[in-house]
Amino acid sequence: MGELVFLGIALLVIFSAIAVVISPNLVHSAVALLFTLFGVAGLYIFLYADFLAATQVVVYVGGILVLIIFGVMLTNKIDTPSIASSSSNQLIGAFVSLLLFAFQLGVIFKTNWPVGDGTVVEDTVRPIGRMLLTEYLLPFEVVSILLLGALIGAATLSRKD
Amino acid sequence: MNSLESYLVISSILFSLGIFGIVTRRNAIAILMGIELILNSANINFVAFNRFGGMQKLDGHIFTIFVIVLAAAEAAVALAIIINLFKNAGSVDVDEANTLKG
Repeated sequence: MGELVFLGIALLVIFSAIAVVISPNLVHSAVALLFTLFGVAGLYIFLYADFLAATQVVVYVGGILVLIIFGVMLTNKIDTPSIASSSSNQLIGAFVSLLLFAFQLGVIFKTNWPVGDGTVVEDTVRPIGRMLLTEYLLPFEVVSILLLGALIGAATLSRKD
Repeated sequence: MNSLESYLVISSILFSLGIFGIVTRRNAIAILMGIELILNSANINFVAFNRFGGMQKLDGHIFTIFVIVLAAAEAAVALAIIINLFKNAGSVDVDEANTLKG
C-alpha cells in the first residue's frame, strides 16, 4: 500500500513537472506547478519530515505560487486571448538535459552512499526549533534580515512612481 | 522502492526538467518556474540524505528551511524585476530584453 502511494506521488511529481516545462499556456504551467509542489510535500511526508511538508505547502503553495500567478496575470495584456509562451531550441535543450540526467543517473548508481542504520528522528518540530535558536542562530537571523530586505526591495521596485 | 536511490532519481528528474525549462522557455515567468523546480530537487536531496544517512540530527531539514526562505525572497525580487521589465519593454520575452547588448 505504501509503495503504491509512493509510486503514485512520484509519478504525479514527474508528470506535472513535465507539464510545467512544456505547456504552452502559462496558467496551465502554474497549475501544474501546484501539483508538483504538493507532490514534493508528499515525498517529505514519506521521509518523516512532517514540519517541512507543512512548510512546503504554506510557503510554496500559499506564497510563491500565488506570487507567480499574480506575475502571470500582471504581465499579459488583456486583449491577448491566450497567455501563450513560446519555446525555442527545444531539441538542443532536450539533448542537454537528457545528457545531464544520464550523468546524474551514473553518479547515483555508481556511488557507494554511506547508509545509516535506519534510525529515524520521529519528532522533528522540537529539534528543528531548538537547533534554529542554538547552533543555527546566526544564519537564522541573517536569513531573516535578508528576507526583510528582499521584500522591502521588491515593494520599492514594483511601486508606481 | 523506498530507498535513497529512488529519491535521488526523482530529484535528478526534477533537476533536468528545470534545466530544460530554463534553457527553452522565453517567457521570464516560465524561467522562474524552472528555477523553483531546481530548488525543490535540491531540497529533496537534502531531506533524503538526512533520512537515509543515519544522522541523529536534523541539519538537512534546517538547510531545506533556509532554501525555502531564499526561494521566497528570490521569487519576490524576480517578480518585481519582471513587472518592471513589462512596464518598460512591453513584454516579458527574455529574447527581446537586449538593451544592454553591446
